[in-house]
Amino acid sequence: MNLQPKGRLLLAPENHLSAAHLAQGSRRSFLRGGVAAGASIASSAALAQASDVSSLIPPWTRSLGGPVVATGYGMPSKHEVNVQRRQSPGLTPQPQASVSFTPLQNLFGIITPSGVHFERHHSGMPEVDPQQHRLMIHGMVKRPLMLTMDDVMRFSSVSRIHFIECGANGGMEWANVAVPTVQYTHGMVACSEFTGVLLSTLLDEVGIDRTLAKFVLAEGSDGSALTRTIPMEFALNDVMVVYGQNGEMLRPENGYPLRLLVPGVQGVSSVKWLRRLEVGDKPWNTREEALHYIDLMPDGIHRQYSGVQEVKSVITMPSGGQKLVGQGYYEITGLAWSGRGKVRRVDVSVDGGRNWHTARLQEPVLTKALTRFRLDWNWNGAPALLQSRAIDDTGHVQPSIHQLRAVRGVRSIYHNNAVQTWSVQADGEVWNVQVA
Amino acid sequence: MFRSLSACATLCLALPSAVDAQQRTGYGLGRAPTTQEINAWDIDVRPDGHGVRKGAGTVAQGQKIYDEQCASCHGTFGESTSYMAVAGGVRKTDLQSGRASALKDATAIRTLGTKLNYATTLWDYIYRAMPWTNPQSLTVDQTYAVTAYVLHLNEIVGADFELNEKTLLAVQMPNRNGLTTAHGLSRVDGRPDAQGTLCMKDCVRDVTIASALPEFARNQSGNLAEQRRPLGPMRGIDTAKYGSKGGPAVAKTQMSAPAGVHPTELLARYACTACHGLTNKIVGPGFSEIAGRYQGQPAALGYLSTKIRDGGQGVWGSVPMPAQAAVKEADVNAIAQWLVNGAR
Repeated sequence: MNLQPKGRLLLAPENHLSAAHLAQGSRRSFLRGGVAAGASIASSAALAQASDVSSLIPPWTRSLGGPVVATGYGMPSKHEVNVQRRQSPGLTPQPQASVSFTPLQNLFGIITPSGVHFERHHSGMPEVDPQQHRLMIHGMVKRPLMLTMDDVMRFSSVSRIHFIECGANGGMEWANVAVPTVQYTHGMVACSEFTGVLLSTLLDEVGIDRTLAKFVLAEGSDGSALTRTIPMEFALNDVMVVYGQNGEMLRPENGYPLRLLVPGVQGVSSVKWLRRLEVGDKPWNTREEALHYIDLMPDGIHRQYSGVQEVKSVITMPSGGQKLVGQGYYEITGLAWSGRGKVRRVDVSVDGGRNWHTARLQEPVLTKALTRFRLDWNWNGAPALLQSRAIDDTGHVQPSIHQLRAVRGVRSIYHNNAVQTWSVQADGEVWNVQVA
Repeated sequence: MFRSLSACATLCLALPSAVDAQQRTGYGLGRAPTTQEINAWDIDVRPDGHGVRKGAGTVAQGQKIYDEQCASCHGTFGESTSYMAVAGGVRKTDLQSGRASALKDATAIRTLGTKLNYATTLWDYIYRAMPWTNPQSLTVDQTYAVTAYVLHLNEIVGADFELNEKTLLAVQMPNRNGLTTAHGLSRVDGRPDAQGTLCMKDCVRDVTIASALPEFARNQSGNLAEQRRPLGPMRGIDTAKYGSKGGPAVAKTQMSAPAGVHPTELLARYACTACHGLTNKIVGPGFSEIAGRYQGQPAALGYLSTKIRDGGQGVWGSVPMPAQAAVKEADVNAIAQWLVNGAR
């Protein structure tokens, strides 16, 4: 298949112009019309052109627009109403213990708008009053601390771009194809610029003995008072206590006013509505690390404390549930990430993994952040099987679904980082498939 | 050398305060938490006994609480799989081996009994987060009792068992040897177990489709044409042609001005719909059934408000409705008024 772009072969649709308008716009077609039908037609065409001038200028050009501050906190255009977080029907019985998925098929670049960042609640979204909210740091520390939000926001801060991915992202597709679009296959990932205090700064402040203090328990202030154990090697590495996201405060559904961020580790560890950090010498074996977020292996053993989100990628355009508007040039684009560091390379196949082509990576390529890749493609109308395969800077190559199943079976639920296949049909429709 | 000296000549006046800030031993922010604050928040219990609270409860005491407050979601025998199945799948030999053999089967029976390794985790979660709509409402003794009953439902302890701060740590769970941390995903520098291949040319001979989305499932996530921006090189496929199955819930109000909260939104917010359908019985009666029964009765408004707030049993069947302390007073009244008005 020829992958060299031949330029834009298909013009953008000009649906608002009639065929007659387009014909008038061309001197040659005007002359052809004149030759065929004579001078009387030419003069009536000129009249039509004069009376149609107003229809060529859109109403928003011929009227006064709205004032500033029409909305104090802006909203997307009403034409963007299709871009929404969505639940996957039948996945959970109650919306308070559920997940909504990021509409990756509609997003550009690497930053996820805060309003469509995926959500996962265990006992609903609490309405936390930031004036009353406190962060307690205690346990095996020299100086236990109780901090107000005012206190937390006075510490020296950092801003970093990281992804958050739920450990169950892709969990519906271990055994077979189950859902139609990238929103449902991969939409439990998002990437934001987070601002807050490094956990190491706070642990320095309370004072820990590294020979004894091996773990930190993080606890939320929601109805589930969700708890997760963070090993000290992660805690002192790059974990943050976060209040800012994409320039604003955290949204309520993403932990307002304070959350933990454990970069590269499954999202459940980035405890939302964070109220307490307890330093200890042993892991806690909490419900979310002994009953859920454990990976069932073929031999009946569960993997516990399986945190790291390994190297992964997916093509977002074209992707499942989309229809190509016609043959010609397309930019294949998608996202790659690794919980172990930076994305080194992404390869793309358009023939189901037979041959691969290295994609362009969009700068910046950041550690534990989404990375945008692109590849030029000239679609000749023949069926195609699109895949992407990421390699991270530890040398880990994203596995195929077969390579993954060979080790982990099909019942793991969590940590599915398999190569995704999208089938482009001759009619331009794209559907989710798995190849043998 | 001279450059840095001259830099100092111009900047040194401003430097001392910045240096002070870095050399200080700490930020000096916040205060020490009080003992009461730590006691109120530090409720975690670890398998090694860290945090365990003095108290006791029996299987019989636990059954009473369970039937009143837990069975409506988890099932009378802990069998409901709509939420966490809290019982089932444990085999007699598992108690000896410490490995739930049902997890080796192709259709692994995943319940609290087959998965959990330590009883402390069960106690911890009930105390911090259950009942789901009224968390942190159980006392320490009640938590021991309910934990004991759930262990009994899994045939881990006998009917006359008393759970307390000592026996909690001695309980031998059927899957206590069924979890491992010997894998790469638990460490910063862990090694991957599934590695892809870096082949670039002629990597596979034949490519066949092993799994595809069946036609009947193509519209089950809603019409995909409405989930893709109608601009750019691709459109969402109009999947209405594959059937009219309901799509996913989306907040349709997002793009318009916020409207008043409709009572049906309150029902969803407070998870009333976990047990009551709008028209049909799930665990408790459907809302239109309730509205029908009390239609035209002058005292209905106050009666229904009380029932929502305090719960009850026996009017619609033997499964009790727990008290709903989390529902705000104004919302209780709004829901009751909506019921009186016919639940429409």
